[in-house]
Amino acid sequence: MRPPEPLLLRGVRCYGDGEPADLLLRDGVIAELAPAVDGTGARVLDAGGLVALPGLVDLHAHLREPGGEEAETIATGSAAAALGGYTAVFAMANTDPVADTAVVTEHVWRRGREVGLADVHPVGAVTVGLRGERLAELGAMAAGAAGVRVFSDDGRCVADPLLMRRALEYSTVLDAVIAQHAEEPRLTAGAQAHEDGVATRLGLAGWPAAAEESIIARDCLLAHAAGARLHVCHASTAGSADLIGWFKSRGVRVSAEVTPHHLLLDHSVLAGFDPVHKVNPPLRAGSDVAALRRALATGTIDCVATDHAPHPPQDKDCEWAAARPGMLGLQTALSVVVLAMVRTGLLDWRGVAAVMSERPAAVAGLADQGRPLEVGEPATLTLVDPDASWTVRGARLASLAGNTPYEGMQLPATVVSTVLRGRITAHEGEVLT
Amino acid sequence: MRHLLSTAELSRDVAVELMDTADKLRQALLGRQVRKLPTLRGRTVVTMFYESSTRTRVSFEIAGKWMSADVVNVTAGGSSVGKGESLRDTALTLAAAGADCVVVRHPASGAAHRIAGWLPGVAVVNAGDGTHEHPTQALLDAVTLRERLGGDLDGRRVGIVGDLLHSRVARSNAHLLRLLGAEVVLIAPPTLVPAGIAAWAGGDGSGPLAVSHELDAELPALDAVMVLRVQAERMAGSYFPSAREYAAGYGLGEDRLALLPEHAVVLHPGPMVRGMEIASAVADSPRAAIATQVRNGVHVRMAVLYHLLGAAEEVA
Repeated sequence: MRPPEPLLLRGVRCYGDGEPADLLLRDGVIAELAPAVDGTGARVLDAGGLVALPGLVDLHAHLREPGGEEAETIATGSAAAALGGYTAVFAMANTDPVADTAVVTEHVWRRGREVGLADVHPVGAVTVGLRGERLAELGAMAAGAAGVRVFSDDGRCVADPLLMRRALEYSTVLDAVIAQHAEEPRLTAGAQAHEDGVATRLGLAGWPAAAEESIIARDCLLAHAAGARLHVCHASTAGSADLIGWFKSRGVRVSAEVTPHHLLLDHSVLAGFDPVHKVNPPLRAGSDVAALRRALATGTIDCVATDHAPHPPQDKDCEWAAARPGMLGLQTALSVVVLAMVRTGLLDWRGVAAVMSERPAAVAGLADQGRPLEVGEPATLTLVDPDASWTVRGARLASLAGNTPYEGMQLPATVVSTVLRGRITAHEGEVLT
Repeated sequence: MRHLLSTAELSRDVAVELMDTADKLRQALLGRQVRKLPTLRGRTVVTMFYESSTRTRVSFEIAGKWMSADVVNVTAGGSSVGKGESLRDTALTLAAAGADCVVVRHPASGAAHRIAGWLPGVAVVNAGDGTHEHPTQALLDAVTLRERLGGDLDGRRVGIVGDLLHSRVARSNAHLLRLLGAEVVLIAPPTLVPAGIAAWAGGDGSGPLAVSHELDAELPALDAVMVLRVQAERMAGSYFPSAREYAAGYGLGEDRLALLPEHAVVLHPGPMVRGMEIASAVADSPRAAIATQVRNGVHVRMAVLYHLLGAAEEVA
């Protein structure tokens, strides 16, 4: 690859505040940041009115390769990431074969590098085959070129408390974090929707909040005893936010993510039985949505993660119970966060940078992502037009699958450019390789 | 009305109209030697049953045939359904083959809603979807109560006893009876009461809904009691300790029958588990309207098909 030409972003507002400035990107780093920079020899981009954020980091995406290439590949998922403003994406381990050995994690990592649109970091499985019976080779995955530092059986919960304890203990020597899909399976057998009046009206078996909250409480206690780090995937209930806050206040090393869809949608959208709204954990009550927004605004919940989960049409064009859970997220996440958090006054753009870039990078221990927009720092950033809006069409998203719950919705804010170490990966809706 | 998918989506006017049509059809057919009306001649009704059912399938088939429709029955084992075809492909096939109306029974809640979305121009009738709704059952129950109690259901109090958690009949009846102005009290052990049901706001002007765990305390104030089947396999899920303990607390035996007012009616949607939720002596007593329910089921389904298929000819 040729080194990217120097790039001058004229009139951009870093973090959306302060006076517009010129940002010169050269040799993969921010070379100059001043009110007026000489652009000689650089490609000049008029960035007037645009907001610059550090490149977004997604701790939780399903890129489906290997094994699920009908719905998504590392190439199409990376394109969706770049178009959505992401510069780093964590690819969950529930592929086929499962990413439970270094062979698979190295493959994912290498494919991500070949595609080159975003840093693709494989998440390693905690247990062999996600079966929850014995530990996968965490050490081998950590030692490989991919340098895996996030382990998760996401899609399934590490339900056995003894196995979870061992995973947490073992992770401490790897400086890794265990990301738990918190769902007590005995409480969610056959569950289809949030256990409450809506599910009762629709005759859908209930997924109780206690199934999530009891695992979070248990794992916080185990992590504390082990001196380990725990990350809670897709926290979805008011009670989960309360518990995470309580354990943090007592010094437990727990972090948590919330998905864009749990910040915007509640279970009332299930009324038509369209499985595009089926997701795990399920869409919850309006009071949960409000509590999750507050928890994200106050930092109790650390970050936003998409849980981007593409599915082929036949897994959604069916009856509710037969449908696979999951929805697309990479290209809509920023706009949904703007709608749910910025337009409501809960977060400013610095807050968006924190929850979508800086904190997820810190949770995963990424050294060159989520960095400040300052001279000498990596030229890894996202340019957002805060005043534009767009209409979501699943068929036009970069993912192979089209299962977006926002079909036809008009969302605020567009990603104008995404820059990874000085190279533009997406610009005005097109990916650049 | 384009489809009949749930009672939750029915208006009071449409519900009453369907019930009145069912009554008119009963009168029209009363004492006839040949029970055949020409109303739906040339129309094709397909029943798709993904769950075994005797009374509902037969009732729809008779209803269609008495109105001269061509009725085709598809059962899950007897078609390409068994070969793993998706519900959508099966539905599209039946529509392409010329179905004017599809009557569907399916173990997944919302299956009828999905089919209605996939088949523009085909009327869809929900004959029971998972634990969601069974609207024609609720309509036939309401017609039966109106007949037995002699008048409309405003201010009447109806108890529904049994496995509310897994019952589509309970849901459809809770909506419809309240839409018609009745009060509904749901009676079951706490393990069989679905979450959040007490908070159902209901539609405009619908009657109140109460939840109780004490059958004996409720019986003296009821105008009707609807007994739901309780499957013995629920014991495996620890919903209750034993059949004996369930029957002792919630079974409708002769002693409990005596607690009901004289005029009160006993309903059961069937199939019954005698000795579990209902004693044989109660099921066979004149207080029980179980055979009337089945008879009215045919008239209600005739009324539904008539309204959906929009026959030009006036009934009776």
